[in-house]
Amino acid sequence: MENRSLVTIAEHSKEKILYLLEMAREFEKKPNRKILDGKVVATLFFEPSTRTRLSFETAANRLGARVIGFTDPKATSSSKGETLKDTIIMVGNYADIIVMRHYLEGAARYASEVIDTPIVNAGDGSNQHPSQTMLDLYSIYKTQGTLENLNIYMVGDLKYGRTVHSLLMAMRHFNPTFHFIAPDELKMPEEYKLYCREHGIKYVEHTDFDEKTIAEADILYMTRVQRERFTDLMEYERVKDVYILKNDMLKNTRPNLRILHPLPRVNEIAYDVDENPKAYYFQQAQNGLYARQAILCDVLGITLEDVIEDGKKY
Amino acid sequence: MNKEELQVVALKNGTVIDHIPTDKLFTVVSLLGLKNSESNITIGNNLTSKKLGKKGLIKVADRFFTDEEISRLSVVAPNVKLNIIHNYEVVEKKQVIMPDIVKGIVKCNNPKCITNNEPMTTIFHVINKESGVLKCHYCEKEQNKEAIKLL
Repeated sequence: MENRSLVTIAEHSKEKILYLLEMAREFEKKPNRKILDGKVVATLFFEPSTRTRLSFETAANRLGARVIGFTDPKATSSSKGETLKDTIIMVGNYADIIVMRHYLEGAARYASEVIDTPIVNAGDGSNQHPSQTMLDLYSIYKTQGTLENLNIYMVGDLKYGRTVHSLLMAMRHFNPTFHFIAPDELKMPEEYKLYCREHGIKYVEHTDFDEKTIAEADILYMTRVQRERFTDLMEYERVKDVYILKNDMLKNTRPNLRILHPLPRVNEIAYDVDENPKAYYFQQAQNGLYARQAILCDVLGITLEDVIEDGKKY
Repeated sequence: MNKEELQVVALKNGTVIDHIPTDKLFTVVSLLGLKNSESNITIGNNLTSKKLGKKGLIKVADRFFTDEEISRLSVVAPNVKLNIIHNYEVVEKKQVIMPDIVKGIVKCNNPKCITNNEPMTTIFHVINKESGVLKCHYCEKEQNKEAIKLL
């Protein structure tokens, strides 16, 4: 059997990404269906992540599937020393899809090699989180009408931020111009800048974050600057208030600008931004539902045509 | 046969593994699984070498290694030479060829990699054959030849 698991977005071609976005759009039109009626989706969260789990479980429920799983690995046999392989084989006997989140990097890849049941990676350590990238892409696509030729500004922690790295790699197909705005300690790692150069992606680096810097932005992708990332706490104190987006910085920005954030937000976006029509982070989270509905169907081999056909039933 | 190889006793049939860096000699012994071998084995170290100054050398009687076995040496001693001997004559010379995939030899440097936490075989993709950059198949982290640790 062909393994249709989703482990990393890097394996998807441009066509496949656009195809999945098209499928997500179908689900946005009609989110409640029975297309997964009779299927069982297992959500195995070896590390807690309420937001991601609720999103996947809602996606499964709204498609008519039933959900089994665990949210607290302390209550499972992996805390008794069971290997990941044994757990995955056991659950693979029960479920049609396994959605898994794990604190170890490479766990989802390994699981996908152990069984034929498709695996959906819902985050493996600091490595990959492809469904987040899909919803980011869907949000960009929806708000800009295209993924091509956009100015994407990434702000905050660009060193450890898994979401910005995955988004950067997925955007390689679409001729973006990136602007990396970060303090020196958290700037975009050399390997990703090398990746940009190898793929002919234009990028500019900034340490200033102000009205002038973001004037040309189509997408402003905010991330959280976390205290624990700094080796030098003096440095943290110096920069912690620099990378905060305030409403008055948005006055002269482009009308099509939208602000994204993977959430949870702490203080890097001031609350007065929430009322601005350019704020898009809550809709972005909602888009996660449609993106994940598309992912669940795709790993089962359900095609865009099937989804469109199914949509006519209701 | 030159004098250099005569520093140890000549081999009738078998394989001479030559030009082994002296600090890698026993790693090569272990990677080829010679510890449990029944063959007649001569191991020499710190022998004079024009190329290396000093070198290690292994002669294994009546044993001929497969390409897969030889490629295991690529991550630690890519420049060793193998001479295949039949009836005291070198009938073939083999070099170590860097494979595209290194399986079950190297340990991943990332402590948060699944391979360091689960009983399983490591797999690395060779990203750059010249500089010896390996990428873990699982956690996707890259590591350089200098940082490689063996399992």
